Amino acid sequence: MSRKWTHTLQTAGPLIGLILIVIILSILSPSFLSLNNILNVLRQVSINALIAFGMTLVILTGGIDLSVGSILALGGAITAKMLAGGMDPILAVLIGLLAGGIMGAINGIVITKGKVAPFIATLATMTIFRGLTLVYTDGRPITGLGDSTFFKMIGKGYISYVPLPVIWMLIAFVILLFVLKKTVFGRGIYAVGGNEEASILSGIKAGRVKIWVYIITGVLSAFAGLILTSRLNSAQPNAGMSYELDAIAAVVLGGTSLVGGRGWIFGTLVGALIIGVLNNGLNLLNVSPFFQQVVKGGVILLAVLIDRRNK
Amino acid sequence: MKPIISMTNISKSFSGNKVLNDVSLDIFPGEIHALMGENGAGKSTLMKILTGIYSKDGGTIEVNGATVHFKDAKEAEHAGISVIHQELNIIPYLSVMENMFLGKQLTYGKTGILKTAAMKKETKRRLSQLGIAIEPEKTAGDLSVGHQQMVEIAKALATDAKVLIMDEPTAALTDREIETLFKVMNGLRKQGVAIVYISHRMEEIFRMCDRISVLRDGKYIGTKPIQDTTMDEIIKMMVGRELGDLFPDRDKSAGKEFLRVEDLSGPDLLENVSFSVKEGEVLGVAGLMGAGRSEIVETLFGARAKSGGKIFIEGKQVKIKNPFDAKKAGIAFVTEDRKSEGLILGMSVRKNMSLPNLKTLSNQGIISSKREKASARNFIDRLNIKTHSPEADVKNLSGGNQQKVVIGKWLGINPKILILDEPTRGVDIGAKKEIYNIINELTEQGVAIIMISSELPEVLGMSDRIMVIHEGRVARIIDKKDANQENIMQAATGGE
Ligand SMILES: Nc1ncnc2c1ncn2[C@@H]1O[C@H](COP(=O)(O)OP(=O)(O)OP(=O)(O)O)[C@@H](O)[C@H]1O
Ligand SMILES: [Mg+2]
Repeated sequence: MSRKWTHTLQTAGPLIGLILIVIILSILSPSFLSLNNILNVLRQVSINALIAFGMTLVILTGGIDLSVGSILALGGAITAKMLAGGMDPILAVLIGLLAGGIMGAINGIVITKGKVAPFIATLATMTIFRGLTLVYTDGRPITGLGDSTFFKMIGKGYISYVPLPVIWMLIAFVILLFVLKKTVFGRGIYAVGGNEEASILSGIKAGRVKIWVYIITGVLSAFAGLILTSRLNSAQPNAGMSYELDAIAAVVLGGTSLVGGRGWIFGTLVGALIIGVLNNGLNLLNVSPFFQQVVKGGVILLAVLIDRRNK
Repeated sequence: MKPIISMTNISKSFSGNKVLNDVSLDIFPGEIHALMGENGAGKSTLMKILTGIYSKDGGTIEVNGATVHFKDAKEAEHAGISVIHQELNIIPYLSVMENMFLGKQLTYGKTGILKTAAMKKETKRRLSQLGIAIEPEKTAGDLSVGHQQMVEIAKALATDAKVLIMDEPTAALTDREIETLFKVMNGLRKQGVAIVYISHRMEEIFRMCDRISVLRDGKYIGTKPIQDTTMDEIIKMMVGRELGDLFPDRDKSAGKEFLRVEDLSGPDLLENVSFSVKEGEVLGVAGLMGAGRSEIVETLFGARAKSGGKIFIEGKQVKIKNPFDAKKAGIAFVTEDRKSEGLILGMSVRKNMSLPNLKTLSNQGIISSKREKASARNFIDRLNIKTHSPEADVKNLSGGNQQKVVIGKWLGINPKILILDEPTRGVDIGAKKEIYNIINELTEQGVAIIMISSELPEVLGMSDRIMVIHEGRVARIIDKKDANQENIMQAATGGE
């Protein structure tokens, strides 16, 4: 096989996979391709995609962030409590996002300044942030968030037919696409993941790049938490549990290398769509939720195996 | 006598670019056969085809008259062909012993229980044959590049091969280690082992080899017995033209003092290192391996912690805490180990070249791809880097061309001080001259240059002054006119 061909297959692989899954599902279930259902899938995907976008940056630097689900929960809970206390909704939202950023910064600082492996560091903060969420909420859902249209719009709004969370996802996608492709910061992310020592010796502030990547992931995760809170009209203390796994799965399905330095945000979008489409399609086909897990895991494994073969 | 290896009409293309074109080569038992050619001529590729690492597009390979098709390096090794690759293949977090016995550990029968003591002893023995004492349990990654290279050599020798391929084995070694290696090679020749020896160092080739074959642009140019040829003829075969003087004259004399380092000390090795470099001056740095030459420049560049000392640029003290500060102060650093320190192997040539220079190639943090491409093009042309495109991954370039990328990336920042740590390691003779010309061009622009080199002719040929390092201290600083191989070596070994 010629190099060019392999290359195309590798980059287009996830997309081809997605298209195949869509074709199969639309044959098996006629209601799958309805506009309503597609928009529904996209809305369900948006939360995972937002987290996975951040996760892509983290993984590109050679790291990992297991604490995203906990950040989602605490970010959502903080905003919810402030809303319930009657605070200005815009301010409450900003504070929730800021909290996400701070949690991300903590991750980044522990990893770079404390020189703790990202897996261990974020495993610990995952537990800490979850614990803080339980303390903060007393282990009970926060309800009675008031009736600010602004806050309701975040998770439940539409622009004509398109749910707003989908718009948020697309905006984040376009921005990060640009950041990775065109900016000095984006180039730094790839460089640090490709060879940290050589990057530092080229005068790149590797530590700073990494801290920012975790901050961005924290903010995106908290934002996903706001969408969820807005949709449910309440903040659940156990929200976002094991969301890190779906996010990592989306990144890997998209062809980004877990070793760092290689990958792209478009792949992650496709990866998140694959997971979303599978969830939705298997539901439509009345596959038992237990068996759905088996199928999802199998798809991930298959994708990684195909990727291996091409390298 | 019949050849032990006979390669006929070998061809190979990578993504449509022909890198070997009908190359034929015979290797006889008991000869040291030099394979020469410019960077990217196809030497390493030819040897990788011989040892089954790459598949060939056409041609035949015979070993002892029988056609072979090796599928991987293991099969070639079974047929008695062993390689020391140009790029180090040491696994850094394994011990020296584990590296030596990788994939062929000694065990009790088929139990999988390791004979650790036996392997330890064997490792020690093999290494001491090469004249070096390293503890077998030491983590390989902690060794100097030179010692890692020696471990690789010991590993290849341990296979008792009939054919030994050495792809630039001496590039990272100092004179003393090279001498031991040559002794070992002479011994092997007497035993009838065939050695293919790839190097860019003419003196070595003419001292050690029996015959020389030359490749140019993937084509076989010819084979000459050593006694019937001259360096000039070989260079002409390699480059396709006369080269003239290797060390070009520099007519501009150095200006006023530009960089001054006072009492630089490090936590483990360096002690009160003081020196200065003038505008337009080349300060050569000589010394044995492990003397602390790289440590000095790494500390100066902020890549290594210092325990004391001051740095002045144009008389003003500067604080350099990390490479970012150093770059801001106008210092560029072409590192010694291109694979781990100099390059991001999975990135393209263009992106590697712009890495230290992104600030000037961008506006408000957004990279101007037009300027980035133009800059990459400029340095590819200026340094004559052989790559089929600026977008090619740098790992697919030949070793010497990778080295030129490292130099190119630092020229991009328009440095005022340029540190070169073994800048011509693995670089062909034509390119060496190009690099020397660039050094001279830079001195004319007033750049202060610090050049570490283990090749004494290079230090002598290029430096205005030579600083000799011994055990972390400055042993002597010698003016060009007073310097010679003898007094440099004497100072380097601790003599007066
Ligand atoms: N895996 C690869 N993919 C694409 N191109 C390659 C690959 N390996 C080598 N090349 C190209 O083949 C050509 C010959 O490379 P090779 O490494 O054989 O040169 P060389 O003679 O050993 O040079 P040097 O003296 O610099 O080591 C170069 O142009 C190089 O870019
Ligand atoms: Mg080579």
